[in-house]
Amino acid sequence: MESLSNRKKVIEQKPLTLMERLYLPAIVKGMAITFMHMFKKKPTVFYPEQQREFSENWRGMHSLKRDEEGRERCTACGLCALSCPAEAITMIAGERQKGEENLYREEKYAAVYEINMLRCIFCGLCEEACPKEAIYLDGPIVPSDYLRKDFIYGKEKLVEEPFKK
Amino acid sequence: MEAAFVIEKFILITVIFTVSLLVAMYSTYAERKVASFLQDRVGPNRAGPFGILQPLADGIKMFTKEEIIPTHANKFLFIAGPSLAILTACIGTAVIPWGSNIEIAGRTIPLQVADVNVGVLYIFGVVSLGVYGIMIGGWASNNKYSLMGAIRAASQNISYEIAMGLSIIALLMSTGSLSLKVIAEQQSGFWAHGWFTWNAFQQPLGFLIFLICAFAETNRSPFDLPECETELVGGYHTEYSSMKLGFYLFAEYINMFVSSAVMATLYFGAYNFPFMHHLGLSANMISILGVVFMMLKIFFFIFFFMWVRWTIPRFRYDQLMNLGWKVLIPLSIANIVLTGIWITVKDIYFK
Amino acid sequence: MNISLFYFVAFLSIFFSLLVIFSKNPVHSVLYLIVTFFTFTVHYILLNAQFLAIVNFIVYMGAIMVLFLFVLMLLNLNKESEPAKSPLLKIAGVVAGMCLLVTVAGSVKTLHTSNPIVLQSPTLGLVKNLGKVLFSDFLLPFEVSSILLLSAMVGAVLLAKREPNDA
Repeated sequence: MESLSNRKKVIEQKPLTLMERLYLPAIVKGMAITFMHMFKKKPTVFYPEQQREFSENWRGMHSLKRDEEGRERCTACGLCALSCPAEAITMIAGERQKGEENLYREEKYAAVYEINMLRCIFCGLCEEACPKEAIYLDGPIVPSDYLRKDFIYGKEKLVEEPFKK
Repeated sequence: MEAAFVIEKFILITVIFTVSLLVAMYSTYAERKVASFLQDRVGPNRAGPFGILQPLADGIKMFTKEEIIPTHANKFLFIAGPSLAILTACIGTAVIPWGSNIEIAGRTIPLQVADVNVGVLYIFGVVSLGVYGIMIGGWASNNKYSLMGAIRAASQNISYEIAMGLSIIALLMSTGSLSLKVIAEQQSGFWAHGWFTWNAFQQPLGFLIFLICAFAETNRSPFDLPECETELVGGYHTEYSSMKLGFYLFAEYINMFVSSAVMATLYFGAYNFPFMHHLGLSANMISILGVVFMMLKIFFFIFFFMWVRWTIPRFRYDQLMNLGWKVLIPLSIANIVLTGIWITVKDIYFK
Repeated sequence: MNISLFYFVAFLSIFFSLLVIFSKNPVHSVLYLIVTFFTFTVHYILLNAQFLAIVNFIVYMGAIMVLFLFVLMLLNLNKESEPAKSPLLKIAGVVAGMCLLVTVAGSVKTLHTSNPIVLQSPTLGLVKNLGKVLFSDFLLPFEVSSILLLSAMVGAVLLAKREPNDA
């Protein structure tokens, strides 16, 4: 039957000629190709010393941001935990006491804030859900570790360093 | 036997043994480097500058790993397997002429441990013995993959030994001697009587057959069916761990070194190099340069082994047997006949 | 030194050949047989028959024994699969063994025992001399044996070849 699209290709299978059946020319050709590859430029990036630039929309480790006066922005509203499809975020809210105004921006703050990095899928929905612009996935690659419990990151790892005065 | 003789041989044996182990050690490094360069990678580069301490690190890793002997394995034979493999690999170095004679304080010291007058046959015998290490180890593991690997190794070695022997016979017809030293000396220089002196130029077909058989006898890719990962897990060394596995891997590299040395001696002029008699060097200097050239030839062949490994895919088992029995053996018999005709014609018309 | 070496190697070869018979496991038997052949090689070297030594090494140890081992490994002989031997078979074996013993004893007695250490012509075993003798004095037996091998080869090929209609 005639092919409608006319894209069908009929492949002819000829029996091998003597030259082809000898294999040696083909082997020599192959070896020449592999030999040429010895002198090609190597695309290797020597990782710990040399790091490739991340793309602009790269999503890495989370960080909890501070405002311009160095106060934590997070108000423990729980929207990030709610939006998280992997259920990786938990938190316990605390009330700001007198004299802590320089530490927390709002009256309510996250006393405990934990992200389970084994559950996290780095989708960035927490970032989008946050009304206070407190969480961003702008960190590096999450490092490997030996124990599961070490992958639950608390505030000490997540909160950004205070500004230097 | 005088004392000087014993000391001289003792030193020679020690040096050759150390060198062959060292070369085998660095072959593992070279293999990884060559593989990576052929694949546009960098290869090991963490242990020391350019990773040159990698073999040491590998050795320490091998030694400190846990040794496992399977419960139903035959313990004595399980240990004897790798020991035999490395023993048969090492004893091949005894008859290879590493260089011509060196004269120190009036004594002529040949750079060869033993000039056996059946040296070629000795090498052949050692090669044919090499399969026992694999067979015993594979059988003693009490594992079907190991057994399959061992059986493949045995049938492959026997099949290719025939073609190898026949290709050597054609060579022996033109050299007229079984001693490796004599064969080496016949190839002195590079050009004589209007033709190359090296045997590769006099026996091109024989050399090709020998080369292919050498690949098969050392179980190197494309003939590495005894340890073919895709079908047999690890082949004959599936059950081995720690340094016993290391011995098997090491034996493969020593085999490669020895067979490179044999190929260089039989076909590529051994320790001879072009213009050796025209540069006006002293005899000792020629010998030392000869050893260097011998080593260079060996290293070239080792590189060639690796180059082929990372270029050509593995054969299928029936293809392997077809190649051995239906192609190489008839070809090598034809080569013998051709050599015979050539020698007769040369004797009658060109004398 | 040579004599003591000879007796030592001779003891080893008899010891290992006895182990071949007495070991229960057939694979062990073959391995002992390989060691026995190795002691034979040493005997040949002691007799200054280098060519014979190396050929024994290559052909028997390197090829035939590998095939033996190969077949035994494939057969996987166990105690359970071993067929029970009938008493008739045992009696036949004993008779055959006795016949062999008598023949060997008789032939040893008719031949004069040669001195094992002193060689008649010490250089006979070297490749050059052996080749000369083989291709002059013993040319006919040599050619006849080669024809024998050829016919064996043709027979093997015929046996291995499948019938054209049952493939």
